[in-house]
Amino acid sequence: MLSRTAESLFWMARYLERAEATAQLVEMGRRMAMLPGAHGREEWRSVAAAAGAGAAFRPDEEIGEAEVCRRLILDEDNPSSIRACFGRARHNARAVRTALTAEMWEGLNDGWRWLGGLEVDSVRQDLPATLDRVRNLSALFRGAALTTMLRGARYDFLSAGAFLERADMTLRLLDAKYFVLLPETGLLLDNRDRYRWISLLHATSALRAYHYVYRGDFSPSNIAHFMILNLDFPCSLAFCYDGLGAALGRLANRYGARHDCHATVEEAARRLKNRGIDDIFDEGLHQFLLAALQLNARLSGELSGAYHF
Amino acid sequence: MFDEMTGNGAELRVPYHNIAAWIEANGFDALRRRTAEAEAVFRRIGITFAVYGEGGDPERLIPFDLIPRVFAAAEWRRLERGIRQRALALNAFLQDVYHRGEILRAGIVPERLVYRNSAFEPAMIGIDPPGRVYSHVVGIDIVRTGEQEFQVLEDNCRTPSGVSYMLENREIMMRTCPELFRSGNIEPVDAYPEELRRTLEEMAPPACDGDPVIALLTPGPFNSAYYEHSFLADLMGIELVEPQDLFVDDGLCWMRTTQGPERVDVLYRRIDDAFLDPLSFRPDSLLGIPGLFDAYRAGGVTLCSAPGAGIADDKEVYVYVPEMIRFYLGQEPILENVPTWRCSRDDERAYVLERLDELVVKEVHGSGGYGMLIGPHAAAAERAAFAEKIRRDPEGFIAQPTLELSSSPSLAKAGVAGRHVDFRPYCLIGRTIRLVPGGLTRVALREGSLVVNSSQGGGVKDTWVLAE
Repeated sequence: MLSRTAESLFWMARYLERAEATAQLVEMGRRMAMLPGAHGREEWRSVAAAAGAGAAFRPDEEIGEAEVCRRLILDEDNPSSIRACFGRARHNARAVRTALTAEMWEGLNDGWRWLGGLEVDSVRQDLPATLDRVRNLSALFRGAALTTMLRGARYDFLSAGAFLERADMTLRLLDAKYFVLLPETGLLLDNRDRYRWISLLHATSALRAYHYVYRGDFSPSNIAHFMILNLDFPCSLAFCYDGLGAALGRLANRYGARHDCHATVEEAARRLKNRGIDDIFDEGLHQFLLAALQLNARLSGELSGAYHF
Repeated sequence: MFDEMTGNGAELRVPYHNIAAWIEANGFDALRRRTAEAEAVFRRIGITFAVYGEGGDPERLIPFDLIPRVFAAAEWRRLERGIRQRALALNAFLQDVYHRGEILRAGIVPERLVYRNSAFEPAMIGIDPPGRVYSHVVGIDIVRTGEQEFQVLEDNCRTPSGVSYMLENREIMMRTCPELFRSGNIEPVDAYPEELRRTLEEMAPPACDGDPVIALLTPGPFNSAYYEHSFLADLMGIELVEPQDLFVDDGLCWMRTTQGPERVDVLYRRIDDAFLDPLSFRPDSLLGIPGLFDAYRAGGVTLCSAPGAGIADDKEVYVYVPEMIRFYLGQEPILENVPTWRCSRDDERAYVLERLDELVVKEVHGSGGYGMLIGPHAAAAERAAFAEKIRRDPEGFIAQPTLELSSSPSLAKAGVAGRHVDFRPYCLIGRTIRLVPGGLTRVALREGSLVVNSSQGGGVKDTWVLAE
């Protein structure tokens, strides 16, 4: 396979994963802004920060729903906006048309065409529907990949990109709100914090799963455990590292060669398995999250180095 | 004027019996609806083309006309012989001008026209490409002006595009109008990718010792024909490479893969000569693969088509193609040329300037229907301006009579009406010549228009060759 093809597939998956995560974040912000006593603009600011677009707003700028819709959904120049992500994913898809199945391409192409016609007013008129559509489109693409794509190296690169980006988003999400989880704020969350986390879990389609696993016990350590260490939750860091490790492992078998990225991801997954959530709080949650984000960046670099892109 | 369905009068031509009955049975509105369905499918799949310098939507949809254009088996037999003959003669001409130049020595084609032509590539002199083939895909634009009158408008020897429409138009027709195919007498065209692949495989270079690895070289997603490039690569099961994916080392061409470098033996390149190799052709170009031409010359890789193949489809060289057929093949041309006046000759230029209101004037190096004057349709001021251009640069223009291109029933705004069409078959030349029964019919959708180019309101139709 061409290195450029591998690169395009890897990044295509990352862009789509990012588009979906941005939709989830906006959904979270929308819910939080509706909470009684919410300082809407603070909530929107943390949403922008988690989407990696914090720098796009001035510190004193008042951020409202309209601005968020414009910058996080429609702005072509913001690399994490949904439209930009679909545009780039589609651009990459065009560059590797031969590596995609028709079903995958059509999902992507439909999404791009629909997003191209959106404007701020139409988006705001029915924000939940717009966000749902984005998530449906991502689901469609992922489903098409799952059921139609040959399980060759192409699938592995696509899969690696998706897991790496999802791990990134989970980390950024936690980092935007980590202070709420710090032990100093008390072992129990106050009501507003509690609602914030419910909004977050809701946005990641994880609220029911959380209830199922932790029986509605919204303690900081449970929430952190869920998002970082729980191997059953598809957005947790541990799950993503496992998935990434599996994809890279298949590539190593296929090509008969291991590289730095293989050792790095295996080590990261192993370390997570041997840790309790208390260890992470002892180390400092913020430090942990920053270190993990750096590790992801290193992994991405090692992976492109190993496969010549 | 000749109509494909009704001939010169109101009598229905035999190949169109089914089509006429089908139009009748469906009615205009139903056909319109089906066209909309077909176009929605095109857009979903992403079959689009870009038009340079027009701004607007970078990925436009080429209009699709639902009513097919039909050739009877006997008509096709004649066309096929003419197309093969012409493709063969054009390759013989290329072999000749890059070697001894016999046709020039014999005084049949003027030396000036070849050696001083920017499409002539001096670096190709003396090189023997595999099979002595230079142009592996020859697209020949053919128009019809009567029951028996077929004429060649121009040849395309570099990298003719549009074949993906031939394939997709048929797919769409079979999908939206399956009832038309029940008769089972329409020759399939879907062997084209396989035939192209075999053609390219036959062109493996001397350095290739196993199964040849073929790749399609595209300028990238911003090229107007990018869809076609990816489509063909897909159907042939070969890699679609961009210049940055390739490099030359040790006289061989390699592509960068996830497992390191992999040899490439044959490049079906859909990229202009000028952008192939900055070392040989255009030092200021950032595009291209340095050293590619040397590897080609040394037999390390084959380029299809060969650099410099464009000299055979020059608009002025075109005038001599019937002579080439006589000279190289010792045969009479089966397909005629359109009479052409060269403005570079004093007597012919005088003739052209006198009759600008009757003629079509084309730029020798123009394409896509741009830089063209259709005399009878132009205003007096336009003609005067064009006359001035011709006087200033006589070598830059040729003129032809305004042909009454045949019309074919099409879906116009108000109903089914005749619209002018041309036809481009794609002839493949490897160790043998291959031609799938069909091609691309382009249609000028504006009433009365003779310009079929997609950039100027042209559309496409499915083209049928009926079985015996």
